[in-house]
Amino acid sequence: MLQDKDRIFTNIYGWQEAGLSGAKKRGDWDNTKAILAVGHDEIVDRMKQSGLRGRGGAGFPTGVKWSFMPKEVTNRPHYLVVNADESEPGTCKDRDIIRHEPHKLIEGCLVAGFAMRAHVAYIYMRGEFVNEYRALQSAVDEAYEDGLLGSNAANSGWAFDVYVHRGAGAYICGEETALLESLEGKKGQPRLKPPFPAGVGLYGCPTTVNNVESIAVGPTILRRGADWFSSLGKENNTGTKLFCISGHVNTPCNVEEEMGIPLKELLEKHAGGVRGGWDNLLAVIPGGSSTPLLTKDVCETMTMDFDALKAAGTGLGTAGIIVMDKSTDIVRAISRLSYFYKHESCGQCTPCREGTGWMWRMMDRMVRGQAEPHEIDTLYEITKQVEGHTICALGDAAAWPIQGLIKNFRPEIERRIEMNKTVTQAAE
Amino acid sequence: MSIHDLVADDQPENFSFSAENEDKIVKIIAKYPEGRQASAVMPLLDLAQRQHDNWIPMKAIELIAERLGMAKIRVLEVASFYTMYNLKPVGKYFLQLCGTTPCMLRGSDDVTRCIKDKLGISSGEMTSDGKFSLLEVECLGACVNAPIIQVNDDFYEDLDYDSTETLIDALSKDAPPPIGSVKMRSGSQAETGPTSLEKMAAKSQKKKSEKTAGTAAEQGRS
Repeated sequence: MLQDKDRIFTNIYGWQEAGLSGAKKRGDWDNTKAILAVGHDEIVDRMKQSGLRGRGGAGFPTGVKWSFMPKEVTNRPHYLVVNADESEPGTCKDRDIIRHEPHKLIEGCLVAGFAMRAHVAYIYMRGEFVNEYRALQSAVDEAYEDGLLGSNAANSGWAFDVYVHRGAGAYICGEETALLESLEGKKGQPRLKPPFPAGVGLYGCPTTVNNVESIAVGPTILRRGADWFSSLGKENNTGTKLFCISGHVNTPCNVEEEMGIPLKELLEKHAGGVRGGWDNLLAVIPGGSSTPLLTKDVCETMTMDFDALKAAGTGLGTAGIIVMDKSTDIVRAISRLSYFYKHESCGQCTPCREGTGWMWRMMDRMVRGQAEPHEIDTLYEITKQVEGHTICALGDAAAWPIQGLIKNFRPEIERRIEMNKTVTQAAE
Repeated sequence: MSIHDLVADDQPENFSFSAENEDKIVKIIAKYPEGRQASAVMPLLDLAQRQHDNWIPMKAIELIAERLGMAKIRVLEVASFYTMYNLKPVGKYFLQLCGTTPCMLRGSDDVTRCIKDKLGISSGEMTSDGKFSLLEVECLGACVNAPIIQVNDDFYEDLDYDSTETLIDALSKDAPPPIGSVKMRSGSQAETGPTSLEKMAAKSQKKKSEKTAGTAAEQGRS
């Protein structure tokens, strides 16, 4: 288990002051100038050495992502954009960073922005987080007053501005190019890639979009050393991670733990275990709603890291763990996710716009058993026609939970169809 | 969905920003590079909504378009794409109940039932006195504190049938309770107490109690 001395977010529960004086006591902004003094490329190299993989879901190595930015700044300025549009069901970690550790994020913006030769960072925050927005904006204001941002940020000689931009309730804006469209004042509809944002991003300029957690851990990694970070966790899955444990556990919570911690240990140590005991477990969605679920027997030995979960046909995603005990109506639980994706489809690509509606309507019938057994295969076929046929991954995200359900709980769906038939026949 | 389903039939004849908001607009536009003022469309729509009883009239959309040098349809497109812009009136207390799976698993059905029992409204409806309206929304991003209702700007967390009843009663009397967890837990820590950073917790609690004691002593002196 992770020791407290190796935890990065020591005020994650908001026991102490989130503002600048509290943050400085926790070690934030401690000689940031020295971190920047090693130079743009050295920071990128050290981030690569730390093995940090993006905390927003895809798990792409953060340092490598930063290295895609051009080495020379031309007439097109570079931008850092922070994705704080946290809205993947099951995920609520960035909210805690923003409201309780805002200076980790702001200092991280300076460090990351400097590394990629940007003078401006935009933090795109989900619209519903109004109070969190106020907290972050007040932390940004404090940082300006203290000279940590502005024309000579933290006395480093580097000019750096941070602006906070609030969204307005569109899940799709968590997709990086939709986020950029939205930031430019348009509907949040994803762009085709290539070109990638590092070449043509915000306002047509080189841009890197990173998750809040990836940016907020940067300063601590650089202060304590890439070796320290990479000594935690597992090979290729290094460091610590904020896990969000929701659903049928005794005490749902957020907690920072070591990557690769066994799922069972995580639930029992921090979330009071599964409601009704481990044997009452039905399934776990391990990394936010779009990752396919795991059944209890797989959960027994599963570790929480990118590679192990990928090998099991699912993913670490955002590490938003949704636990379901045996009282769960599993078909309805997944059907509700289908409704979510139908609601959140941006409407740009036909397979997703139409497919998410089809999938939800079929799922809704499956909940009540109003279907023919062969329609389960039809549903599966539709998920396959949506998956991989859209500009962004929302189509995939809508397809995967249903595929996971059919793979693991087909007998339950068939049972409902059978039961519905019996009831209908009896009524006749 | 037709635009007529989204936009109110009764529209005010005029809209202009307050002087205070005009000052804010100058600062907002300055956040974005020159020539990129369209980026300010979202914050301006938000300002208009806040100024106008939590909904945006068409005249405001036209004004914003003019101010930012955008076509009106582009602003309307944005206003109708994002779900947080209300294009028709909502209740004084706009209850946005999360019904996505993590909240559903923790009993958001009970919260829905309580609202129906107390106020007689379902998602998309408003009470006849205009005090409450309800909308079932998608994941609010506070899943470990589920179920959640967002009342205007504020989250109320860890709800069940009874605490929803208490919340509605308080709002009916225009006395909103403290925001956050109704179980009074600190942020997202486990309800039974922290499972990590215990020393930090103890230190913070000590500080808090010293502070409280200090305040009490000061009060005693005065």
